[in-house]
Amino acid sequence: MTKKIIQDLKAEQIAKLDKKIPDFKAGDTLRVLCRIVEEKNTRNQAYEGVCIARHNDGAASTFTVRKISFGEGVERVFPLYSPNIVEIKVVRRGQVKRSKLYYLRQLFGKKARIAEEKDSEVKA
Amino acid sequence: MRTAVIAEKVGMMGLFQENGDQIPVTVLKVDSTVVDTRTKEKDGYTAVQIGYKTAKEKHLAKPQKGHFAKLKQEPKRVLKEFRVSEDCLVPAGSVIGANHFVVGQLVDVTGVSLGKGFAGVMKRYHFHGDNATHGASRTHRSGGSTGNREWPGRVFKNRPMPGQLGNKQTTIQNLKVVAIDEARNLVMVQGAVPGYDEGMVIIQDAKKRSKQQVGPVPAGLKVVEAPKAETTEVKEAPATTEVKE
Repeated sequence: MTKKIIQDLKAEQIAKLDKKIPDFKAGDTLRVLCRIVEEKNTRNQAYEGVCIARHNDGAASTFTVRKISFGEGVERVFPLYSPNIVEIKVVRRGQVKRSKLYYLRQLFGKKARIAEEKDSEVKA
Repeated sequence: MRTAVIAEKVGMMGLFQENGDQIPVTVLKVDSTVVDTRTKEKDGYTAVQIGYKTAKEKHLAKPQKGHFAKLKQEPKRVLKEFRVSEDCLVPAGSVIGANHFVVGQLVDVTGVSLGKGFAGVMKRYHFHGDNATHGASRTHRSGGSTGNREWPGRVFKNRPMPGQLGNKQTTIQNLKVVAIDEARNLVMVQGAVPGYDEGMVIIQDAKKRSKQQVGPVPAGLKVVEAPKAETTEVKEAPATTEVKE
């Protein structure tokens, strides 16, 4: 019974946060708008890269976005339901055969490309 | 001094704050009914006896049956007595709810910690142990020396040694109340609480921060019958002398 309470609370929290999350999976290229609070002003910062993993855990779900920044691989783990995530935009649908694309860490350049999914609706 | 309450540990989860922080919270379900009271005239001190969880008749011994029958109260599985100041005395039969606490206040939570069994000194007291190599033989996790030589010729008391770890009453002080759900009688505190899920814990106003304490006096009652004190955020009157901790 106690497990039920926790489940309910988690579900309620997701409902309360009321986030619009697009349908996306590992392999998709995402543009994440992230709220950043500086001393005085608040602004949104975009982070664009390939989603290499999704971790499903109710309100604590996360997703990992990898990009190459100035020649260096960068990975950021975003909490899916965080109020700081302003918007998630799918830029490109990728066609992959894994749910976790950790193999991309060993690859760079042309080898690290991901094929675009055929007849995908999203066109950036 | 207000009464403590008995609660069930429901489990832990994360909670997003407005600023995007995700904080770990423990959900506690308050389950406390005042079964009996102790008064100055009758007993020489003031306290409330609180019952936790309804018990089946067949699980009670005869003396317990008599106790509940005399007080005309529903049988309870656990009975605990908490000292209170006179102004915080609650009549028998009242049910204390989650509104006993106020969001933002600090509480102490007491429970029985997870039992780890008979543990060595590395696990129990964070000793470093011995070398893994350099000729160390069968002493990698040992505690090493326990004392000197002819003087004092004995091992001092309180020397950390292997033994039972956990399964012991533990109190975590100054946990912040993050949220309260009156409908379901839930209190959410930031951080971890001793014991396993579904275990029994005792929540009381933080002992070391009593001066900043807020909360309904005499207690947050669930049934609106006795002194209605749900929204009165009265600064607690300092419980003077007569009650000792």
